[in-house]
Amino acid sequence: MPTLTINGRSMSVDAANDTPLLWAIREQLQMTGTKFGCGAGLCGACTVHVNGEAVRSCQTMVGDVAGKKITTIEGLSAKGDHPLQKAWVAEQVPQCGYCQSGQIMQAASLLSKNPNPTKEEVVAHMDGNLCRCMTYSRIQKAIMRAATEMRTASASGNERRPT
Amino acid sequence: MNKHVKNVTPVATDLSRRSFLVGSAATGLVLGYAGVPGIGEALAAPSNFEPSIWYAIAPDGLVTVTCGKADMGQHIASTMAQIVAEELGAKWSDMRVNLASNDPKFNDPVLGAQITGGSWSTMMNFDAMSRAGAAGRMALTEGAAAAMGVPASELAVRDSMIVHAKSKKQMSFADVVKSGKATKTFTPDELKAIKLKTPDQYTMIGVSVPQLDIPSKTNGTAKYGIDVMLPGMAYGAVVTPPVRFGATVKSVDDAAAKKVPGFIKAVTLDDKTGTTSGWVVAVASTYANAKKAAQALKITYDGGPNAKVSSQSLLDEAKRLQALEDSGQFFVKDGDPNAAFGSAAKVVEAEYTTSINIHAPMEPMNATAEFKGDILHIYSGNQFATRSGAIAAGAAGIDPKFVVMHQMWLGGGFGRRLDADMMIPAVQAAKAVGKPVKVIYTRENDMTMDFSRPLTYQKVKAGVDGDGKLTALSHDVVSAWPTARWGIPDFLTPSVDKKGPLDSFTVNGADFFYTVPNHYVRAIKNELAHNATPSGQLRSVAPGWTFWAVESMIDEIAAATGKDPAQFRISLLDGAGKNDGGAQRLRNTLLAAMGLAGYGSRKLPKGEGMGVACVSSQERASASWTACVAHVAVAPSGEVTVKKLTVATDVGTQVHPDNIRAQVEGAALWGLSLAMYEKATLRDGGIEQTNFDSYTPLRMSQVPEVAVAVIANGEKATGVGEPAVTVVAPAIGNAIFNASGARVRALPITAEAVKASMKA
Repeated sequence: MPTLTINGRSMSVDAANDTPLLWAIREQLQMTGTKFGCGAGLCGACTVHVNGEAVRSCQTMVGDVAGKKITTIEGLSAKGDHPLQKAWVAEQVPQCGYCQSGQIMQAASLLSKNPNPTKEEVVAHMDGNLCRCMTYSRIQKAIMRAATEMRTASASGNERRPT
Repeated sequence: MNKHVKNVTPVATDLSRRSFLVGSAATGLVLGYAGVPGIGEALAAPSNFEPSIWYAIAPDGLVTVTCGKADMGQHIASTMAQIVAEELGAKWSDMRVNLASNDPKFNDPVLGAQITGGSWSTMMNFDAMSRAGAAGRMALTEGAAAAMGVPASELAVRDSMIVHAKSKKQMSFADVVKSGKATKTFTPDELKAIKLKTPDQYTMIGVSVPQLDIPSKTNGTAKYGIDVMLPGMAYGAVVTPPVRFGATVKSVDDAAAKKVPGFIKAVTLDDKTGTTSGWVVAVASTYANAKKAAQALKITYDGGPNAKVSSQSLLDEAKRLQALEDSGQFFVKDGDPNAAFGSAAKVVEAEYTTSINIHAPMEPMNATAEFKGDILHIYSGNQFATRSGAIAAGAAGIDPKFVVMHQMWLGGGFGRRLDADMMIPAVQAAKAVGKPVKVIYTRENDMTMDFSRPLTYQKVKAGVDGDGKLTALSHDVVSAWPTARWGIPDFLTPSVDKKGPLDSFTVNGADFFYTVPNHYVRAIKNELAHNATPSGQLRSVAPGWTFWAVESMIDEIAAATGKDPAQFRISLLDGAGKNDGGAQRLRNTLLAAMGLAGYGSRKLPKGEGMGVACVSSQERASASWTACVAHVAVAPSGEVTVKKLTVATDVGTQVHPDNIRAQVEGAALWGLSLAMYEKATLRDGGIEQTNFDSYTPLRMSQVPEVAVAVIANGEKATGVGEPAVTVVAPAIGNAIFNASGARVRALPITAEAVKASMKA
């Protein structure tokens, strides 16, 4: 039985090594914030972090992530208060909300490496995540808002890049 | 169609048999329409009375509104709570929402059924929710007056507090509920007689309060149908045939599937509701195993009568039908266009088409079914609980009254979840294996088995007199009939030529507000398409194609007569006769969009242009007046870049301004996506696009600047989920013409079509 390190906890799952991580998370661990959208890595609804990198959990097999650090939407912050989650509420981003876990996880991997992204960098990083309600402009605004907040909060985040 | 569907023919809500209940007990205060016989029981134990109530106030003061509409991202549950809170006088932070079951007591007060669509919800529930809120405030006030020993008329209600200014006494809603003194009941007449607030008294309506569902949609806790977990549940993966509809299963070999760990059974559907054909469900202990088993099944099919049908054959059939003089039924028959064409100085004629389009909500179709005693429980996010419950019952072979539909948040609806196909594999699999079963479609199932927006073919002919006046217009609309498929006569419309009912959800919008003395609109059912590509209601439905034709044609007439297309529209919106009121509102909206976009005043570089369109979507009687100015650049290659969409919409009254902007922007981008990026095709009876690599809705990098102007002039609140979808494609087509002289008449618009028309 593979053991997964998810959201800081070690959990064993009753799933074959070739089971997509998505289904192990959703069914075995009953963490349903990570969504199934296309099963082919085309929509981003299932995005989680593996060792800090955004990956599509429908294309990641359980056997390939044993021993790696997995983070889902449930583990992004202690109380749903990651700057991105707060920004998502402030900008009233979600409509149906189904893609938004994946959007937030995708955005989080951008801001962890690039605290001051340009609009073009945001679009390039987010273009693989579909939103059928078309909340794209609010997603962009929320990412920019969160980036600002994170820079303000971070002692080392004061340098600004030329715009 | 299926017989049992007749059982659910919506009936008008019979208010005479109901009285408004305001009861209170230690467990809380409940308010709603209740069957008279249930009142005693309800007063004794209101907690048992749920879900036949609109809202309840708990002893802690929390107000939980139960929403009978499907919430698919339009935040309708929050909107219902907002309307209740306005009249009730509750604090927004005290409001909660709950999603209704299919109990008929939650039927829409106007529609008499549980169905969500048509951008109807706010307009049709505004009055009922307002009165429910007001009645609660009156009951609480009287209770507080009795408890305080002061006249009720001296009390003021605000932020969940009832205050007596003179004595400085006050009670919270929670205090009154706990006191048990709120006991007033209302007869339907008393309810009707309640004087509601006037707009100048609003403190909640018109305010962009935080949507109640949004926090749960940022932390993974919102529960959609796909997230339902039941003890002992198994999973079903569907194997659908290569033909969209009409195939049958000849044989199923499960030898290889049996080797998949956790495999339980392959169930061939026996669908007497006629919703699916040739489906098999592989049931297993996990979804991953069910999918593996599904892939391992060896199934042979009889392709059935539609196995050779293609998009081309659907279009050929549409053209054949349109050419017949006696086909179809009339939706509009004013004057005599054919006679007028004879005396016209100029006749303009054109054909417009739209492709098959797929809903593709991000949450693939799914349903969980559980038989518990006599009751079939269904867990699924659905837009039409009244009918879908009956379809589930049909799949189970039981009476619909034994089906309980547990509503979930919808991971996108767009009309797709009006249908009930997902209930059938879940129900029959659960029955076959004796366990609860959750069936989840793969994206491939979801796309190839969509109840799609039908392929449409429209022929429009216009006649202009010597003064350049539009005197005649005849408009034929050929398509599958999505609403006829429901088998519910009340949703069809009598034809004006008395040739039997027609599906007005194929022609709405063609009955526009322009003054044209001789005007025919003919609805022609494409039976081949109807059978081969069972169609559904896709966000905006008919106005999504009728305005493509009408608003392109108006532009073509303007071009043929040398007029500015916007000014030509304004001249046609003169408000004569039946168009009085609506035409003026639409004209004003068009002017607002033109002003915001700088139409006619901004100088554009070569290769760029602006186009306008204005619409009265969704229906004549429920229109939100919407106009768009599209600004595009057209390259010599024919490639089109949409630079900006400016959308103005007159919604009468704004309940939630920020939500209206979100909906209008989303709808406009849907319009763009359908105009430029989404195309499905049929070949050998099957939909060729299977996932987001071949069916390609708009992505972030394709989003242009969108400017939205909302006009709130105090008229009745109208819907905003759909109208802006319909105005964008013609505005873009007209902008392309303005920029390049190329006229496109087929959706989606391709660079090849633009280039070909430029050369011509």
